[in-house]
Amino acid sequence: MSQYPKELQYTKEHEWIRVDGTAGIVGITAFAIEQLGDVVHLDLPKVGAKFKAGESFGTIESTKTVSDLYMPVAGTVAEVNTALTNAPEDITQDPHGKNWLVKVTLEGAPSNLMTADQYQKYIAEASSH
Amino acid sequence: MDFLKKSTGHSVVLEEAPSFEISREGATAIGLPALDVPRVEPKKAFIKARVRKARLPELSEPEVMRHFTRMSTWNYAIDLGIYPLGSCTMKYNPRLNEEIARSGELSEAHPYDPPEWSQGHLQVMWELTEDLKGVTGMPGVSLQPAAGAHGELTGLMLVAAYHKAKKRDRKTILTADTAHGTNPASAALAGFQIVQIATGEDGVIHPEALAAVLNDDVAALMTTNPNTLGIFEKNIQTIANMLHEKDALLYIDGANLNAVLGLSRPGDFGADVIQFNLHKTFSTPHGGGGPGSGPIAVSERLLPFLPTPRLEKQDGKIVLVESTPQSIGRVKAFFGNYGMFIRAWCYIRALGGEGLRQVSENAILNANYMRSQLKDVLHMPVNAPTLHEVVFNDRNQRDLNLDTTKMAKRLIDYGMHPMTVHFPLCVKSAIMIEPTETESRSEMDRFVCALKEIIKTPDVEQAPTRVFREKVDETKAARELRLTYKFKD
Repeated sequence: MSQYPKELQYTKEHEWIRVDGTAGIVGITAFAIEQLGDVVHLDLPKVGAKFKAGESFGTIESTKTVSDLYMPVAGTVAEVNTALTNAPEDITQDPHGKNWLVKVTLEGAPSNLMTADQYQKYIAEASSH
Repeated sequence: MDFLKKSTGHSVVLEEAPSFEISREGATAIGLPALDVPRVEPKKAFIKARVRKARLPELSEPEVMRHFTRMSTWNYAIDLGIYPLGSCTMKYNPRLNEEIARSGELSEAHPYDPPEWSQGHLQVMWELTEDLKGVTGMPGVSLQPAAGAHGELTGLMLVAAYHKAKKRDRKTILTADTAHGTNPASAALAGFQIVQIATGEDGVIHPEALAAVLNDDVAALMTTNPNTLGIFEKNIQTIANMLHEKDALLYIDGANLNAVLGLSRPGDFGADVIQFNLHKTFSTPHGGGGPGSGPIAVSERLLPFLPTPRLEKQDGKIVLVESTPQSIGRVKAFFGNYGMFIRAWCYIRALGGEGLRQVSENAILNANYMRSQLKDVLHMPVNAPTLHEVVFNDRNQRDLNLDTTKMAKRLIDYGMHPMTVHFPLCVKSAIMIEPTETESRSEMDRFVCALKEIIKTPDVEQAPTRVFREKVDETKAARELRLTYKFKD
């Protein structure tokens, strides 16, 4: 499937990050959105908030559940996708592109993240449970 | 599904508008005598008098009665049928409890009556305290917390007080991914940070997983036993020992106590604190029928910190003691929700020790009956022996365009409350069933029969369709949440 762009890196908690030098864009994957069902609320941090890698930076709420969002890499929030927080239901369209969650200024290099191929293998396994 | 051929109870269900819309100006349920003193303008009598008229509905007494009685016919209740909500223990509330708790001598007691006038009431509280100690094998009990989650918070405040008394600041509470859903919330409210432990393939916590995160910042581990998969934590004794070696504490969530009455006592495997949900285990009313009540029991370690006032016996009389310097103080006005203590006391007295043990044995038997009847149609992600509840998921149904939510919605059309869905979170699309000991085999067979029919002939897209309120738009409701009535003008 070409659904998961090769240039992104993925976490086990189903976030993705697009790294360009020290700038990163973070979002959640199409798989996560499919699992969540109808998204009703998105709670994102303020610009300037600092997070460690693996730390929860917000929550996403669907009619089924509320899930934490985890930061793939340590960094400071540089921009929040306010268009999306105002209309969280749009996340189903283009979740790996224009419907990103936050832009971050990275502190340190990404580690322990998956490539698109590894992530697809990972979710195929997760779906078989 | 013979029972579906005729609707039960009411031949016609009436629609009913909000009371604001059926209000008639001047209508009243009470006739007041004419004013025989000079009228005083509210503005003159009060510093802050309301400016706008309070738009309260105005109705006659029969209109009020019919308004609420009509709406009550839309309800589902434990008195109508099975309520197999896993992790909620929705058991029948015996009428004997209600009869006794509502008798005037008990229901009209005043909390400001001095203790010497209230020895009978204090005796009920004393005996309930002793019974709860007996059930858990733990030396201290406080009846004060107003509900289960309040009991959790109180327990965690005791944990914080314990570490504070030892002059150290511990910030971490560990929870298992099979812990009860309120645990991380209570820990956060009490000011702790939460670190989650993943359970093993067999659905229980492994000592190695605990060792990986156990350090000098851990205040306590919070988990449920049996856990939310209905599985007994077989390593719990080792886990308690590991925690105690670090002087960290073990919090057991009592939400699943209904599985172990007379079979296993938290005090015996090293628990330091547990909350009771009297509405789950001891048959007091649930939810809106409440109020709730969430007493706690503690180990020796936490005794000095228990809330005040405490009951003590002096010269054959029960007295209230406030002078305990290390106590965290009051957590509730007066003594807690006394009406619930009476109901729980009645339940315990009616059954006795042997009876309570049979409650748990029958709860386990019923849940395993459900498991045996459903295991061929529903997938069990963790296939281990289970106690009072059982967790499946929708893996076998995905090709049928059926999922957990759709099955649950369709069950409403069969006149049954659905099971718990999408919880515990460690199981994807979980279907969690807990019949409790109060369901008969025929009632459980109805449920199984309905679920199997739904799976065999899925007709779920618009479900529920047979009930008064048909399928609602949950997404719209969550996105455009409206909690108050908006007047049209």
